[in-house]
Amino acid sequence: MIAEIGKNIIRFVLLILLQTLIIKNIPFGSYFVPMPYVLFLLMLPFETMPLLVLILAFVTGLTVDVFYDTQGIHASSCVVLGFVRFYFLRLLAPREGYEANLKPTVQYMGNAWFVYYALPMLLIHHLFFFYLEEFGFNDFLFTLLKTLGSTLASFVFVYIIQFLFYRKDGVLA
Amino acid sequence: MRNLLNLIYKYHYFLLFIALQVVCFLLIINNRSVQSTAILNSTNSVSSNLYNVVSNSKEYLSLKEENDKLAKENSTLRNLLKSSYDILDQRAPDFVKNDSLYRKEYIFRSGKVINSTSNLNKNFLTLNVGSNQGVKKDFAIINSEGIVGVVKDVSANFCTALSILHTEQKIICKVKKDGSYGPLSWDGKDYRYSYLTDIPTHVRLVNGDTIVTSALSDYFPENMMVGIIEKFERKQGDAFYTLKVKLSTDFKKLNHVHVVEKTHKLEQDSLENLIKNPVKPK
Repeated sequence: MIAEIGKNIIRFVLLILLQTLIIKNIPFGSYFVPMPYVLFLLMLPFETMPLLVLILAFVTGLTVDVFYDTQGIHASSCVVLGFVRFYFLRLLAPREGYEANLKPTVQYMGNAWFVYYALPMLLIHHLFFFYLEEFGFNDFLFTLLKTLGSTLASFVFVYIIQFLFYRKDGVLA
Repeated sequence: MRNLLNLIYKYHYFLLFIALQVVCFLLIINNRSVQSTAILNSTNSVSSNLYNVVSNSKEYLSLKEENDKLAKENSTLRNLLKSSYDILDQRAPDFVKNDSLYRKEYIFRSGKVINSTSNLNKNFLTLNVGSNQGVKKDFAIINSEGIVGVVKDVSANFCTALSILHTEQKIICKVKKDGSYGPLSWDGKDYRYSYLTDIPTHVRLVNGDTIVTSALSDYFPENMMVGIIEKFERKQGDAFYTLKVKLSTDFKKLNHVHVVEKTHKLEQDSLENLIKNPVKPK
């Protein structure tokens, strides 16, 4: 339990640093704004209390907001993601529920499960983020394309990070 | 009462979600207007010091380019020195003594951009100068290439600024050759281009004409380089030209900048406020 909490804290710090110090400075073009820090929320253990997930989402969002000077926008979209995560987990649960030693990663749950789990949630988070940033529908199509592009970019990052740094028996997994 | 508690217990997940969203939206709305001061911004000690460390270590990578830029700027400034001019008429009054006729209008301070974005709708910069170095809200930021932004929030040693790549930021600029002016605003898409609107159609424009800041701009000194015209068009039903301006500042390579103080801004603002909000006679 303590080890699990420690791992999650380390993951939080590393992902925030990756997002704000590295990814933020890479020019991908205006259609791709990857936000893989969301992986922290995706990778919280299955048995985390939904209320705790919401609060952690809020804190994560606010932390990124401070670095991006976008007061409240990341926080709001993260809270939305935290909210729908509960329903997605229930929707994708196997008939007899999740086993105790499983984790929501590619290695444990397989490719198909992870795509169904992460891609829609990233899309919801990014939709919320970009329309909140725009605060209106003036440039509807551009924002939509930006959302789709960024979702794909984020997913690629999330997927690569899982493969690069996590093994089934690894220290950080 | 018991029913209410039951209801809260039953829907506590949803209610907490709503409560957090309300907090988020209050924060967002608090920060909506360009003039407002953000509660959470990157001038706090943790994030700004982190950015400072990263910026210091990254600086080594672009030393050569920065040196070139500084050398170029130095030679331009040297060209402006009086010693590089020749007095044509030796009997002309010594114009050095006339210096007291001028009053200082702008004060330049140097600073460094330690954090910036350019791919969002509303882009911000963080600089490593703050109130201890004399920087205040609404100071302009320029570099040797062109205009960069306007200071928004200030802490002791850092400040955040709205980049001119911010969809709600409007800078009054003019066409250099004839002085017709309009607001320059960004559309949130490509960091290399911005749009100048409200240029009257009788102006004879050519692609490549220079756009500079106007004296009507609240922040910037007059005639600072902004960019060149990429193309111009008159939109249907519009009485004015819209100009696509290629910005001369490279927002991907911001490093050393100058923070510009307009010394008479307070006096000018308070005078203009008298017109906007006249004191009612009793």
